[in-house]
Amino acid sequence: MDVLQILVNGLMLGALYACIAVGFSLVWGVLNVINMLHGSFIVLGGYLAFFAWRDLGVHPLLSLVGIAALLFALGWALQYGLINHIVARPVLTTLTLTFGLDMIVYNFMTLAFTATPRRVALDLGVLHALDVVVPVDRIIAMVLALALTALLFLVLRTSALGRAIVAVRMDRDAASLMGIRVERIYAMTFGIGALMAGACGSLLAVVYPVTTMMADQFLGKAFVVCVIGGLGSVPGALAGGLALGLIESVSGHLVGPQHAMTIGFSLMVLLLMTRPTGLLGTQGYE
Amino acid sequence: MSTAVLEVDALSRAFGGVQAVDGVSFSLHPGEIVGLIGPNGAGKTTLVNLVTGVVRPSSGTVRFNGCDVTRQRPWQAARNGLARTFQVVQPFPEMTVLDNVAAGALFAGQAASRADAHAQARDHLSFVGLAGEAHRPAAALPLPGRKRLELAKSLAMKPKVLLLDEVNAGLNTGEVEHALKLMRAIADRGITILIIEHLMKVVLTLSQRILVLHRGKLVSQGDPKTVIQDPVVVEAYLGRKFAERQMKLADG
Amino acid sequence: MKRGIAIFIALTAVMAAVPFVADNYVVRLCTFLCMYAALALSWNVIGGYAGYPSFSTAGFFGLGAYAGALMQHAGANPVVSWLAATVVVAGLAVSIGRFILRMKGHYFAIGSLAIVEVLRLVASSWASLTGGGDGLNVPILQGGPDFVGRVFLFSMMAMMIVCFAMTVLVDRTRLGFGLRCIKQNEDAADMVGIDVTSYKTAAFALSAMFCGTIGAIYASWVAYIDPSDAFSTLLSLKIPVMTMLGGPGTVLGPVVGAWIFVVLEEMIWAQFLELNRAILGIVIVLLIFTLPGGLLGLRLPAWNWRALVGLRSRIPEAQ
Repeated sequence: MDVLQILVNGLMLGALYACIAVGFSLVWGVLNVINMLHGSFIVLGGYLAFFAWRDLGVHPLLSLVGIAALLFALGWALQYGLINHIVARPVLTTLTLTFGLDMIVYNFMTLAFTATPRRVALDLGVLHALDVVVPVDRIIAMVLALALTALLFLVLRTSALGRAIVAVRMDRDAASLMGIRVERIYAMTFGIGALMAGACGSLLAVVYPVTTMMADQFLGKAFVVCVIGGLGSVPGALAGGLALGLIESVSGHLVGPQHAMTIGFSLMVLLLMTRPTGLLGTQGYE
Repeated sequence: MSTAVLEVDALSRAFGGVQAVDGVSFSLHPGEIVGLIGPNGAGKTTLVNLVTGVVRPSSGTVRFNGCDVTRQRPWQAARNGLARTFQVVQPFPEMTVLDNVAAGALFAGQAASRADAHAQARDHLSFVGLAGEAHRPAAALPLPGRKRLELAKSLAMKPKVLLLDEVNAGLNTGEVEHALKLMRAIADRGITILIIEHLMKVVLTLSQRILVLHRGKLVSQGDPKTVIQDPVVVEAYLGRKFAERQMKLADG
Repeated sequence: MKRGIAIFIALTAVMAAVPFVADNYVVRLCTFLCMYAALALSWNVIGGYAGYPSFSTAGFFGLGAYAGALMQHAGANPVVSWLAATVVVAGLAVSIGRFILRMKGHYFAIGSLAIVEVLRLVASSWASLTGGGDGLNVPILQGGPDFVGRVFLFSMMAMMIVCFAMTVLVDRTRLGFGLRCIKQNEDAADMVGIDVTSYKTAAFALSAMFCGTIGAIYASWVAYIDPSDAFSTLLSLKIPVMTMLGGPGTVLGPVVGAWIFVVLEEMIWAQFLELNRAILGIVIVLLIFTLPGGLLGLRLPAWNWRALVGLRSRIPEAQ
């Protein structure tokens, strides 16, 4: 296979991975909570997009907005209602809680939607350029994923809410002394994380068949991206996502796709042991 | 001159671009009380961290009782007889006061058994005046109590050299007096003390010798009277008014 | 603690009598009770005492299962295979412990989870050795269902007793004291003279090795293992939950938690097969909000049953 093709595949995959991970990274960085529900949020977004398209005739680009709003509300409610109360507790407690919540969501999704793979098949054809073949729907998904990520970056950089989130990320107590309502920020951040997951999920549904069983995989990829790129920053998630996409594309070509995941995970374990704060560390705060 | 119990030779450490400790050399002799002063950020705590193995030096050596311990880990330093207190106290918050001190006796102090460690702990708590608090969780103690706990814990470690890092920060006058008495009593037991302090009264009263650190370098050392008159020290840390007042007190 | 030990012995004795008075279903259930109690007791050393939130139980369990199964395949006697599995898993724990214990909190948790994932992926991919996704068959023990049931009940019970004994030993010795110090303030522990790295590695190895034995016994018991069964992430989650339910950092907590959890799960499975995950999730959520210190950590004002039953070791644990 052409080197350029592998690269392009890797980058397109990477853009999606970045979008998958950025919400997760934000929540982890700001709340110090690992959201085990993240994978399920992605799958939920995918399913909602599918059913909106099949049963309501709504084009995925339109339903994206609605799904994002819906998931934001869900995330916000979960955080404000439940998770906020245990945010200060040890790692084991928060992890187990989100794990438990994830089991509830997962179960209900499996019952409501069944595990059948669903994909929004838009059949937009394929683009040829410079010996590289790329399906158009994938290009659109990638562009939108990057756009969403960029939008998040802008919000964090310029809006009052965004600056508040970054402040809480840097120093919760100081932010609180500055008058920031930390609990509200936590809820907003978690909601944003869910929003990004859901939106990304609906984009993914255009490219891949989505099933409940992929929730764990998405979560795993989000982990790896965070370990590579560092926590709580959009540039970090982007770098990590692109890196993972390239790694998987290259190793998929060299040793076969089924081993690509092993390599990604092993890399993560290695990184954790040597540089747990990720390659970009805690530098990129925006 | 008896052999030095602690010898630091050209010790240096840089963090990124900042030279936190720069070529510091000094010795401590058995039974001495030596004061270490200097402005904030001078590198005093870093120096203690280097000596106890919390941080690795970039260059230089540390010798303890003649042995090269430059590369030792903190727990090894503790077991060898080098104990330190923390500027921001570091107790085991949910364990009782007694258990906190017993930990020092059991591990660094190499007590024979837990029962033995607890017995020793009770003695040390009486010494610092915390006997009544033995069964309270350490987190329940107010700051002066925690400072005393820290002291008791380090004593339980059977140190030959004790590095005290701003033990009196946050204490009022009465508490400082009490702390002074304790420290004299500790020195009387034969333990060598290096005390980092900002309270000049404490430093001048206790120390036989003073080291002055400024921007990572040892800029002056000697007996208290000489040091506080040293223009470098006055410029960097004490201020002229203070030095003059001290001179008046000493002469008058 | 003496009371706790006495209670444990009494309950174990009762359980030992079960095969002679009850049917195979109950024997099976009791075998699971022993298995999970042993796993929870093992986890307690690294998770409860040292405070390192490990999700690697399934990794050690699965590795032990495969090691044991492969040895039996090669013709070794079951007990020898179980012992070999213990050694293999202990070896792995000691070698990676150094590295993985450098991480703290979330990173350690993820690292430990990643171990499970990597091991599972290796087991799935290395088909020539492990049979890959098709799994591995283990020679079935001869002697009929009653005899086999008893053999495995007593094997798992032996493991539970071993793990309990280990916990009591850890709790009483310097190791337990040191681990508690490490959990509360690792830097202070270092300064007080505790060789933190060695203590943590010892705790990690202790928490791992018997999981390996149990995994090997499990493989012999069910006579067939595959990667997702042996390296089940769900197992890695359930074990800490059981310990949290009973009371982490105590001697009897993991046993109590494991037994209550298994019985609950059995009852729920029987009634609500389709919703069993959701219900487990709800149980976890309820647990976290209502029992922060586990059952043995309940501070009931008028009736301080902890003191009454004397189940906890002397040093109180708030988490």
